[in-house]
Amino acid sequence: MLKILKYSFYDLMRSRWSYVYFLFYLLLGVVLLFLNNDLSKAVITLMNVIIILVPLIGTIFGVMYYYNSREFTELLLAQPVKRSSIFLGQYLGVATSLSMSLVIGLGFPFVFYGIFNSSAIWDFSLLLITGAFLTFIFTALAFVIALSNENKIKGFGYAILLWLFMAVIYDGLFLMSLLYFEDYPLDKFSLGATMLNPVDLSRVLILLKLDISALLGYTGAVFQKFFGTNFGLILSFVMLVCWVIIPTFFIWRIAKKKDF
Amino acid sequence: MIEIKDIHKKFGKNEVLKGIDLSINQGGIFAILGPNGSGKTTLIKSILGMVLPDSGEISINGKSLKNSFKYRENIDYLPQIANFPGNLKVKELIEMIKDLRNSKATNDRELIELFKLQPFLNKKLVNLSGGTKQKVNLVLTFMFDGPLIILDEPTSGLDPISHLRLKNLIFAEKKKGKTILVTSHILSFVEEIADEIVFLLEGKIYFKGSITELKLKTSQPDFEHAIASILSASYA
Repeated sequence: MLKILKYSFYDLMRSRWSYVYFLFYLLLGVVLLFLNNDLSKAVITLMNVIIILVPLIGTIFGVMYYYNSREFTELLLAQPVKRSSIFLGQYLGVATSLSMSLVIGLGFPFVFYGIFNSSAIWDFSLLLITGAFLTFIFTALAFVIALSNENKIKGFGYAILLWLFMAVIYDGLFLMSLLYFEDYPLDKFSLGATMLNPVDLSRVLILLKLDISALLGYTGAVFQKFFGTNFGLILSFVMLVCWVIIPTFFIWRIAKKKDF
Repeated sequence: MIEIKDIHKKFGKNEVLKGIDLSINQGGIFAILGPNGSGKTTLIKSILGMVLPDSGEISINGKSLKNSFKYRENIDYLPQIANFPGNLKVKELIEMIKDLRNSKATNDRELIELFKLQPFLNKKLVNLSGGTKQKVNLVLTFMFDGPLIILDEPTSGLDPISHLRLKNLIFAEKKKGKTILVTSHILSFVEEIADEIVFLLEGKIYFKGSITELKLKTSQPDFEHAIASILSASYA
């Protein structure tokens, strides 16, 4: 599997898109820092961008990579390599190279600005960690979609729908249900609903770390009480890990049964 | 060497293989023939484990293929359409496949020499013509020394000289005692090289035997007419 990972990774490192993605983050980091002149504020703005953009790029890139490397995959399938190694290797190759673009692209400007001497270092690290998690989660979901759809157009369609649902529609439904059931106690429900969507979970995690949860009112207090504790933090990370492992399991299972 | 027992395969509603029984012995050239869509490629891909049959069993040297992948070390496969990752250079692709196979004893240099591929080694695969890609494909297949060689339409896109070189290459491999499975629509090519033919028709084996036997069976004077008579009988 490591060999496949290596080749997928090199292949991507060579492609123009990795550089575009990397340069985008580099530019974003530099611009934000020089406009804001404040590390904490820059982290908040970055969060808003990352929460939406990272899942989108992960999904699109994952689907695109799978469909584009079909020939490569067929070549590999005739070699004495395990099927699961081929697909898991490719997935990890894509997810790793995307995460690297994110971490290095954003890391550079912040390091030069002096993040290591600032109190925002933890917030910033958390931002990068959740960003990497989101990349791994959505790339895995994209691979699951691409593996189960032979038709490229359908695959892309489902992938975009998935992103739209997780990043936009889910919040809408969540809010509507909060309004509709406002007569009932909703703390448990809203905690659960947040846990079930990696995008929301990442957002809440970062917001609470930034100590602006007062803006969230009563819910903020409930969230703070839960996520602020070590237990809450650990549980959130366990959830994020589950969001990576479960789709990866599906990649493995679908790949095992598929005809090429 | 290869034992195939009652293989069935459906793609959706389309039943491609309807119970294939076939045993192929060590040594010799076997041609798998049949009209388009008769299941040749599906059969080959089942042997390679790329297509998983719905029922039936395939074994190579007595070992079942199910849940196994190591056996592919012994198979050199030439895919039908030579499509490679375009970002790579020819040289890198060859190195990569060698690395994946963990194989050091290869004769890629002679093959590159044979097909005159030196000027293309540093070119990216997207920029190669169809015929050149097929030559690269041939190098990748023949550079290993596995006892079983599977060639899916090996002649497509080749110029006459390369065609001739390919034929010599196949004969040389046969002399080493290897088993070679070939599919092709070019009957003169098949007639020249094949020791035995397997004719697939609508997912079943219609005929298995030598070309002489086929001529006798169809009472036709030559190979081309013999094949034509089978096809016209089935389409009539």
